[in-house]
Amino acid sequence: MSDEDEFSAYQSLAEETEDHRWAFGTGFTDPLAGIDTSVPDGVDAGALAAYCLMLGDDALVYSHRLQQWMTRMPELEEETALANIALDLLGQARMLLARAGQAEGRGRDEDRLAFFRDEHEFRNVRLAEHADADFAELAGRLLVFSAWRLALFTRLAGSAGSAGSRDPVLAAIAAKGAKELAYHRDYAAQWVIRLGDGTPLSHDRMQAGLAAIWPLTGELFEAHPVAAALPGVAADPAELRAEVDAALGTVLAAATLDRPQAAALARVAGRSGRDGVHTEAFGYLLAELQSVARAHPDATW
Amino acid sequence: MVTAARDGVDPDTAAAREIAAAVPDPELPLLTVADLGILRDVSTEDGHLVVTITPTYSGCPALPEIAHDLRRRLGAAGFAEVTVRTALAPAWSSDWITAEGRRKLRAAGIAPPHPAGRNPGPVPLTLSISGTRRAPVACPRCGSADTTQTSAFGATACKALFRCESCREPFEYVKDI
Repeated sequence: MSDEDEFSAYQSLAEETEDHRWAFGTGFTDPLAGIDTSVPDGVDAGALAAYCLMLGDDALVYSHRLQQWMTRMPELEEETALANIALDLLGQARMLLARAGQAEGRGRDEDRLAFFRDEHEFRNVRLAEHADADFAELAGRLLVFSAWRLALFTRLAGSAGSAGSRDPVLAAIAAKGAKELAYHRDYAAQWVIRLGDGTPLSHDRMQAGLAAIWPLTGELFEAHPVAAALPGVAADPAELRAEVDAALGTVLAAATLDRPQAAALARVAGRSGRDGVHTEAFGYLLAELQSVARAHPDATW
Repeated sequence: MVTAARDGVDPDTAAAREIAAAVPDPELPLLTVADLGILRDVSTEDGHLVVTITPTYSGCPALPEIAHDLRRRLGAAGFAEVTVRTALAPAWSSDWITAEGRRKLRAAGIAPPHPAGRNPGPVPLTLSISGTRRAPVACPRCGSADTTQTSAFGATACKALFRCESCREPFEYVKDI
């Protein structure tokens, strides 16, 4: 291979192109370019848009929380791991938000949805926005989130025994994401075990970390009208509980940890993250994510 | 993976396929997009060229650069109108890395992936800290199977970090996915 070959991919970046990139978002391409994105017959397009927004917001917000840990990890390997996990989730978010925008049909793309919606318009579960106080909370929260999302994506992707989502785009995004989530869950599980089955101090802190995030886990399995309006397209959240419980049970037993007994975080006037009602921490996260893009909405490079 | 030559494929499409297949991956420039299995199809539709690629991971930042490079090289060869499509399904598997791609990886000191398993039902947990999901990964330098995974995540989304306990050298492993 010649030097010219080796570096041409980079050279091509430096060439003058007519399409300037928007300074804040992905800017370069539609992640679903060239994919048949018509909504299947009999599927409620509005509900599909809302559902993809939920799953996309989970990934976008969780990814941002992980990015906040960058430069703060004790070891390079852990920093690399979290950056990789954050990148996988960001990729899932891009595709899901793009899908939401297409199904909605109001001309909003992934960047518009990520940077120009207000707090009450975000549909992520509150577990995704939680600010981890320490590494134990991070590991415990990542274990629950990735075990739950893996169970969800496995169903949406379908397998030999089940059909998967009737929306082929959602099924394809889930099939791809499930492979990534399996690695995320293993990473979190291994840390929970290492800390739980470690020293008395690490055990206690891991147990406390789980206790801190446990009230946020109830929402993951609650029925929601959007999912109910999408039979054969969305997965029933309640159906995921057995599989997630089994995985968590295996990890907690190996980690010599007890499953916390904590009441679910209360809903507000019957609403929770999926309905746009978030915890106080979420406003600060969103400000960090959006403020520069909103101050300079036309900036390009 | 370039679609095998089909009956009636015109010489232009065959030439375009050859050019597209030679485009290097920006993150693993020792491999071409064909070696990596992300080039899915090159065909002609209504008189213009359509190239289909697939991302390795959801967040793969290299895809737009690959598309740009494809257009640039094909444009230089006289293909004025080129459409680059993304295919999401079926999801990329490390099993699609060609024999030639594996040879190049090994020669560069990167261990090629084991076959990715296809488990029906729930994905099994891997609880061992240093283990991989399957057979031990052999050191690409000395061949020893006495290796330890130091991190399941490496410098790019597709690689894990390992250390050889025999020759003591660190090396990368392309994850089976």
